[in-house]
Amino acid sequence: MTEKTFMAGFGGQGIISMGQTWVYAAMKEGLEVTFFPFYGAEKRGGIARASVIVSNDEIASPLVTQAHSVVVMSADSLVIGEEVAAPDALLLLNSDLVKAGHERADLRVIRIPCNSIATKIGDLRIANMVMMGALAEATGALELAHLEAVLKSYFPKSKHGLIPMNIAAVEAGREAVRKA
Amino acid sequence: MPEKTEKLLMKGNEAMAEGALRAGCAAYFCYPITPQSEIPAYMAKHMLERHLVFLQAESETAAISMVYGAAATGARVMTSSSSPGMSLKQEGISYLCGADLPCVLVNVARSGPGLGGISPAQGDYFQSTRGGGHGDYYHIVLAPKDVQECADFTFEAFDLADKWRMPVMVLADGLIGQMMEGVVLPEPKDLSTLLPKPWAVGQQGRTARAFNHVSSMSLVPAELEAAINARFARYDLVRKTETRVTLSNCEKAELVMIGYGSSSRVAWGAIQLAKAQGIEIGLLRPRGLWPFPYDEITELAEQGKKFLCVEMSMGQMIEDVLLAVGARSARSKESSVHFVGRCGGNIPSEEEVFAKAKEILAGRSEPWRLDGRLRSDGSARGAGR
Repeated sequence: MTEKTFMAGFGGQGIISMGQTWVYAAMKEGLEVTFFPFYGAEKRGGIARASVIVSNDEIASPLVTQAHSVVVMSADSLVIGEEVAAPDALLLLNSDLVKAGHERADLRVIRIPCNSIATKIGDLRIANMVMMGALAEATGALELAHLEAVLKSYFPKSKHGLIPMNIAAVEAGREAVRKA
Repeated sequence: MPEKTEKLLMKGNEAMAEGALRAGCAAYFCYPITPQSEIPAYMAKHMLERHLVFLQAESETAAISMVYGAAATGARVMTSSSSPGMSLKQEGISYLCGADLPCVLVNVARSGPGLGGISPAQGDYFQSTRGGGHGDYYHIVLAPKDVQECADFTFEAFDLADKWRMPVMVLADGLIGQMMEGVVLPEPKDLSTLLPKPWAVGQQGRTARAFNHVSSMSLVPAELEAAINARFARYDLVRKTETRVTLSNCEKAELVMIGYGSSSRVAWGAIQLAKAQGIEIGLLRPRGLWPFPYDEITELAEQGKKFLCVEMSMGQMIEDVLLAVGARSARSKESSVHFVGRCGGNIPSEEEVFAKAKEILAGRSEPWRLDGRLRSDGSARGAGR
């Protein structure tokens, strides 16, 4: 199993932390991982992208150029997302912000209203965790079984109170895919 | 400090910093620059709490001169930078080589020339392997391909520097420095096992020995020539014992890709794409760039293999490959050397490297020419867009 994922959005949406949490969880599940970020110099609002690979085997190039799955969190990122997608790839759209239709007919598209789901749970900033749950459910690449331990090492102690909300977001993302 | 067997998720930059600390790096001098600034950040956090010497200098030239001073006292010492900053350090590196001082230099390369960009590149190959400063000298250059090797190679670089009394460079790039992977860190070095440095300055009062004088200056031509000859005799020993190369899948292959660092991983991906189509392609990966594995390449050339150099530059390592194939091999006419690369901070994709390999195997690729002439079809060299 090798799952190459391309994640794209704007700075502040948690693209980088989604990618890091994804590979951290994969490493805890015994997989080989690479995470390569690409982001603008701006603190908020610039481009944010991540090439993320999890695999049973040694990983060759860390750069994702033919993605099995593509996560698009903002309208601006749809074009690059479609460019990077391999034939018949999975395209996960944050439907609250990506209103436009996609171009490629071969892609398997799942629309998740990440922002609405996150806001309903309690904080817009966990929209990325909703999407990560959706990604796990739609690809089957990760079980995310060790998520709590991963989030405990990822966040500083002062933020550990937010972990239940993050786990709820991941569950809601999974549920949204099951219903889609 | 984390346990040895625990696998951690780290950036390449952090792994190089932690590798240095575990090797007993006692002093680190730096000036910040993207994409290596996680190294000074990590060193600041972890060296100060252990009462080691961390100093952000006023410039790169000041930092490398501080490295010279600390190395002369016998301390394990390191500096790091990225391409434009490494250019500024070249004067100091020449002095360090001229004074036979051990130290570790990390270059997390970005695109040039000039200020260039902050994206990954391999355009510093010539500067790194040919002695980027003035005068006759070389130093060891190691080329990690992943985060694990960032930790391991930096750790080992300190031992190599002490053993051969020369700077050892770890040449990474922005991709390797910025990406995160799992890493098992090396066991911290037992500092009681370090080689003695009877040539170091200081401590005369306590030992009552004669003064040591560490300098690269020698105004008597005969004496300077003798010193350089002695150094080059040492270089020959380094060439014999420290050449590092990994060959994979070369036996059955008609074509062998050659690449180091990030490029070797892109090449390996292209080789997997070929395998899926029933085509066997080999990989020769230099783990060190000086000394360079000329003999291993010559041997493959004598078997009539074709070569595809994969680089994130306009073609620099390929000149060493041509030296190995062209000048040294009697049967080199059957062999040929081809090139695929991107520059300006772009990374070749596995797909474009595989496409070039197919061209070569179909006899549709013009071999690389050192005279820089355009290909017969009029297009520019390489695959640059």
